Amino acid sequence: MSVNISAVRAPRAVKGPAAGLLLGVLVVAAALALSLAFGGRPTSFGELLHAIATPDGSVADIAIRELRWPRTLNALAVGACVGVAGCLAQGHTRNPIADPGLLGIYPGAALAIVAGSLLPGAAGTGTYAQAGFAFLGAVIACALVVTVGSASRHGATPLTLVLAGAAVSALAGGIVSLIVLSSDAALDTLRFWQLGSVAVRGGLLPQLLPFIVLGLVLAVANIGPLNALALGEDTARSLGVSVGRARIVGLAALAVLAAASVTLAGPLAFAGLLVPHAVRGLVGADYRWQIPGCALFGAALMLLADTAGRVIARPGELPVGVVLAVVGAPFFIYLARRRRLVSL
Amino acid sequence: MPGLLAPGSRVVRVRTASLVFLPRIAWLALAAVLLLLAAIAGHLMLAGHPVGLSQVAAVFLNDPAVPRAVRLTVLEFRLPRTIAGVVAGACLAVAGALTQTVARNPLATPEVLGVTAGASTGAVAVLVLAGAGHGGASGLAAAVGMPLAAALGALGTGAAVFMLTYRRSQQSFDSMRLVLVGLGASGLATSITTWLLTMGDVSNASQALTWMMGSLNGKDWGTVMPALLASLPLLLVAGACGRWLLLSAFDDDTARSLGLPLGRSRPLLLVLAVLLAAVGTVLAGPVAFVALLCPLAARFAARTVVPPLGLTALFGAAFVVLSDLVAGFLLPHSLPVGVFTTVLGAPVLIALVFRSQRRTS
Amino acid sequence: MTNTYGATTAAGTAHLSAHGLTLGFDGREVVPNIDVAFARGTVTSIIGPNGCGKSTLLRGLGRLLRPQKGHVLLEGSDVAAMQARAVAQRMSILPQTPHAPSGLTVGELVARGRHPRQRWYQQFSGSDESAIAAALEATDIAGLAATPLEDLSGGQRQRAWISMILAQETELMLLDEPTTYLDLAHQVDVLELVRGLNRDTGRTVVMVLHDISLAARYSDVIIAMRDGKIVAEGPPSDVVTAELLWDVFGLRAEVIREPVEGRPHVVPLGAGRAAVAQAAGLGGARA
Repeated sequence: MSVNISAVRAPRAVKGPAAGLLLGVLVVAAALALSLAFGGRPTSFGELLHAIATPDGSVADIAIRELRWPRTLNALAVGACVGVAGCLAQGHTRNPIADPGLLGIYPGAALAIVAGSLLPGAAGTGTYAQAGFAFLGAVIACALVVTVGSASRHGATPLTLVLAGAAVSALAGGIVSLIVLSSDAALDTLRFWQLGSVAVRGGLLPQLLPFIVLGLVLAVANIGPLNALALGEDTARSLGVSVGRARIVGLAALAVLAAASVTLAGPLAFAGLLVPHAVRGLVGADYRWQIPGCALFGAALMLLADTAGRVIARPGELPVGVVLAVVGAPFFIYLARRRRLVSL
Repeated sequence: MPGLLAPGSRVVRVRTASLVFLPRIAWLALAAVLLLLAAIAGHLMLAGHPVGLSQVAAVFLNDPAVPRAVRLTVLEFRLPRTIAGVVAGACLAVAGALTQTVARNPLATPEVLGVTAGASTGAVAVLVLAGAGHGGASGLAAAVGMPLAAALGALGTGAAVFMLTYRRSQQSFDSMRLVLVGLGASGLATSITTWLLTMGDVSNASQALTWMMGSLNGKDWGTVMPALLASLPLLLVAGACGRWLLLSAFDDDTARSLGLPLGRSRPLLLVLAVLLAAVGTVLAGPVAFVALLCPLAARFAARTVVPPLGLTALFGAAFVVLSDLVAGFLLPHSLPVGVFTTVLGAPVLIALVFRSQRRTS
Repeated sequence: MTNTYGATTAAGTAHLSAHGLTLGFDGREVVPNIDVAFARGTVTSIIGPNGCGKSTLLRGLGRLLRPQKGHVLLEGSDVAAMQARAVAQRMSILPQTPHAPSGLTVGELVARGRHPRQRWYQQFSGSDESAIAAALEATDIAGLAATPLEDLSGGQRQRAWISMILAQETELMLLDEPTTYLDLAHQVDVLELVRGLNRDTGRTVVMVLHDISLAARYSDVIIAMRDGKIVAEGPPSDVVTAELLWDVFGLRAEVIREPVEGRPHVVPLGAGRAAVAQAAGLGGARA
């Protein structure tokens, strides 16, 4: 029994939420260094310093500065986006199994990418074209879900959004299957895209940065209302929160962050499901700590998973989505089993 | 006194015995049976080269005048596929009714138990790793390996989710925990499947994808018979547990206080759901929306609180056979049945959203 | 049946008894090692501050919670070894926050109370029907039988759940805060009903109540709990005293005799509770 107790309380060994965040910062810093240091070929610490401080175009310098640096930044951004988006999705639906795919974003992006691959002359399969399609598809799917979900008399409630999301996702998924069953080219595009990887589209980060910043700002602005909404809509109203506006802000942040992440790295919904659960165990239910915590630990998780994928399968690499699932799923199951479920 | 039983119920009492009977369900069941028979007849007549209804009837009456080719077509090619649709539809729908009721969540289909994702991983692994080669999986790998691997994947994942959820101290399953653990297992299985898809060549991936969409293509008696034999006892046991289902829809404390042996009933109902979902999935792949929609439709049509299992099974069978008929043979392009149920099911789900919104507001 | 558990000779005649009962969740002990017995034909109320373990004890007695240690005996036999259905025919429980599937009508809910007495070939007998009708009458909601549960007010819903327990027609009833959501008149109605059932049919009732004065008014025995332990047990006039209220609740109050039956009645002495409690080392402990 005593073993059981220690297992239950282990996440609370950290003293207070601030220490949890500090831990997050340290883990991110360590993960950052690891991500730069490890790759298809191992790099010594000296080479790493050399590349940062006095680059002179050596092979190691180029590998670190041109290949690993953008990829690392990409993983950092994607992780933060997915983590915060997951937190928003679970917070607004008060449903612990919600993930950033709540608003139909992943099947929407998949549909756009598959449709794009049918364009003549492989015009739609380039990196930039794919990203454009993914972003567009995600945003359109999201808009559709919100429109359908708010068509009832009471406007968008968490329940209608979840169901509308499920329906739109299914519809988009069905059409994707329809297309890829009739076109091998489309299937080839889809099967590699849907694994999720932070390796290839890192160069797009500057273009998407405004969206990511916007999403994070909206998410931070949503913290107060989220804390109130966690007590129920009626209580939130009595605390002076405009529920409708809080939902719109939160959903907008969720949509932008999830769309940006799917554009940069493909569908990595599982991380968005996992990170908020782990963070809640570490910093508690207060969204003032949860949102930054999800950003930090999302980033750390993504960096570590990506680095692990590069190290495990040398000289090739395992896509980050696979590493996330293989490591994340058992951890998630452990969380679900061991901890008293934090209700939302 | 009105209101004590579901609206429209009739009570029949003979001596100490008393039965509650809902005429509406009987009528709905009759309608579903007629629709199912029509769909089966349509399937036997129209699955490919048309055969007249009288010819089909003659085949079943063992009329010697029927040409051998027609007999072969109907009995060896079309009938197994039809039966596969009936069995898969009934199994998936009943599995959905059980999970939805036990988890007290209309979205909790057998998919959240990890069963379908596990089956997909098993089937895709055989397709990709056994080197089915160009021209698609052939021979032993496809005929025996895929169903076997799918069954192993389904049951293995289901068993793992079970063992990870069960808490000995409480001797029961917490519904929310079950859903979370199931999601974790599904996520893992799905990701492995996705990864496997990138490993083989694209024609294997295409074949795997067809399987993953749910397809009744090329079912023969060798696959259908074992599934049929496995499904019958499972469906019967599920039917016998129907009265437990009424109490399972309450919270745990109330269900227990009314004498439901939760420690036994919930594992049994979930094991049944896993087995039924496994049979359905191994036979036809994870046909989308059958497990989600058929129980809901049966519940709404019968206006009962929990889905009537018999009606749910009939709805499931009719839905799958009819969808397969339309998707496979009546459309200009032949499609796997799952694509059709998805495209058909999504709008129905949206309609249900608004219906339920109106009802509670 | 001979009793295999020691120190239960007195409890041999008890309707329901607990022996060395230890209850808790996830390795945390909420109620450690309790011995308690409820005599047949009595009404017992369990009182105590929030979080003292009284609902946990009730759930343990009603086999809604598995004991970590110890046993619960119903009419002398171990509940853990009995069939769920057999227990449900003898003991009914009103949980604190029951939840019914959506769309269920009041009549259907109350009819579910007959489940322990039904079989697949006895789905709705004449005695089922009359028991349900009587239960609906007793709680004054017969007119609402065809109404969906969601459409009721909190008080009506609570009465529907009580009605379901009544339809179960058990000799022993465990009620966890049966008067929540009810206005004073309906609180009194429910307690009068419970008392009447006890008086007319000799039923045994164990309930958790928050209102000490009402508990004193309608019970034969009061059990006071604090921190998972029973600190006092006996007739209301012995248990409900100013000292006990101070010890158990940290509440300054005067206890007077009410004029009808001369039972104890609590008059709280307003201000100062927090300050005084803090001085006594109790303040904020159960925030």
